[in-house]
Amino acid sequence: MKVLVPVKRVIDYNVKARVKADQSGIDLANVKMSMNPFCEIAVEEAVRQKEKGAATEVVAVSIGPAQAQETLRTALAMGADRAILIQTDADPEPLAVAKLLQAVIAQENPDVVIMGKQAIDGDNNATGQMLSALLGWPQATFANAIELSAGKASVCRDVDGGIQNVDVALPAIITADLRLNEPRYASLPNIMKAKKKPLDITEAASLGVDLAPRLSVVKVTEPPKRGGGIKVETAADLVNKLKTEAGVL
Amino acid sequence: MAVLVVADHDNASLKDNTHKTVTAALALSNDVDILVAGSGAKGVADAAAKIAGVRKVLLAESDSLGQGLAEAVEALIVPLMANYDAVLTPATSQGKNFSPRIAAKLDVAQISEIVEVIDASTFVRPIYAGNALETVKSSDGKKVITVRATAFKAAGEGGSAAVDSIDAGPGAGKTTFVSQQLVKSARPELTAAKIVVSGGRAMGSAEEFQRVIDPLADKLGAAVGASRAAVDAGYAPNDYQVGQTGKVVAPELYVAIGISGAIQHLAGMKDSKIIVAINKDGDAPIFQVADYGLVADYKSAVPELMDALTAAGV
Repeated sequence: MKVLVPVKRVIDYNVKARVKADQSGIDLANVKMSMNPFCEIAVEEAVRQKEKGAATEVVAVSIGPAQAQETLRTALAMGADRAILIQTDADPEPLAVAKLLQAVIAQENPDVVIMGKQAIDGDNNATGQMLSALLGWPQATFANAIELSAGKASVCRDVDGGIQNVDVALPAIITADLRLNEPRYASLPNIMKAKKKPLDITEAASLGVDLAPRLSVVKVTEPPKRGGGIKVETAADLVNKLKTEAGVL
Repeated sequence: MAVLVVADHDNASLKDNTHKTVTAALALSNDVDILVAGSGAKGVADAAAKIAGVRKVLLAESDSLGQGLAEAVEALIVPLMANYDAVLTPATSQGKNFSPRIAAKLDVAQISEIVEVIDASTFVRPIYAGNALETVKSSDGKKVITVRATAFKAAGEGGSAAVDSIDAGPGAGKTTFVSQQLVKSARPELTAAKIVVSGGRAMGSAEEFQRVIDPLADKLGAAVGASRAAVDAGYAPNDYQVGQTGKVVAPELYVAIGISGAIQHLAGMKDSKIIVAINKDGDAPIFQVADYGLVADYKSAVPELMDALTAAGV
């Protein structure tokens, strides 16, 4: 069983995003970039599926600038077998990403796609579902457990208020939620080994997909700041303030 | 233009997220219809018909719609979009599951989790975990939008729209529903609660979390939340998680106990009306957003708070 894992290079999870002074976007100059945390979980899951014999090959794919090769090397160091970069300096929207992935899938013919539920930059939570709809493959989003077997995947999904179990016929799209696993740190020998694993680069423009954005960014601003509050001395003071000043009790 | 709102419900009752999404829809157009996709959901449709400002309610019923399977909901809605210029769905786990599929089938962008409507094609949405607000203008003919319900006031009652039953569509195809386990709780739902009490990693164990947080929540009639650190450590279940990777809440009162206030947590609660923080570290970032801060160990502060609430007649 072949698993395709799309991964995205984004601002590092621990770095606070800062709005550019001209309100044109987020300042990413000289900011640490890493693999999107949900993509890391997806890579880890694919590698674990291979380690337990359910999958035979793990292919990582990223859509982004030349530097996304670093993100793909991370996936290779975690255990992916090979990698594909669909290179573009544009910042394609989820719909365009889904179409590019559709083109990759037409060439690679994976049995299952495991990908993060959301990227922590655009916070759209859309690409996996769009890809599923474009391909006509079933989807299981927000997975916290995945069992692959012949012709199907049994997925436990995180839903509001609890969990839902679904079976999807393969090929299928599965998106990873936070509880699916805890990604490993790549060991130094595996990082060295990853440098020798195959990484193919294809120009996005060669795939015949319309990358033109559908949304134009009017401005990006900082959210309104909360006014500073006060410190109270005792629990009784707190209750008194909540009752008389804030009026919320 | 005409706008379709997809109702949030559990087949038995209509959720308040629907009323809030109707408010967002009415900012786009006066012609707002509601779709109730479910099974045995006539009562939900009747409740939706009472929302003020709604033109009519469409009711589609089948097993796969009742199970909320994304493929079935999408297959129902896409043909309906011939009659609508926009579809708005509350950004719940269910809405996020099917809405992008509709966008892909219509070959348009999804505008995710809007918090403000500027005009019929311009919207504000949080990006980077709420660290920035992006104003976007859509060039697509039809708009597919998910709505962060906490950012909008609930539309009132008093409407009397007609309920039309419609065909349920072709079903889910290659996805099969197996089972569902929803947590039964006497407490209010986290995203709809007026008061939320959340615990953090300082609790140290699941037992301690329940011992400290649960009684305070029950005293206040509050929902229980948790920081990601507490969830990752196994002190609280995942669906308690408030933050960028969990639920976004905006209650009247948010009480953070033993929570340091990581960016990812603040993204999920900073729009609360009043924030209270109890933490023994006076330099914890949570105090920068708290209206009322109490620098104290929760072990002594929470019992004192319980006593003070009792003394105040709460």
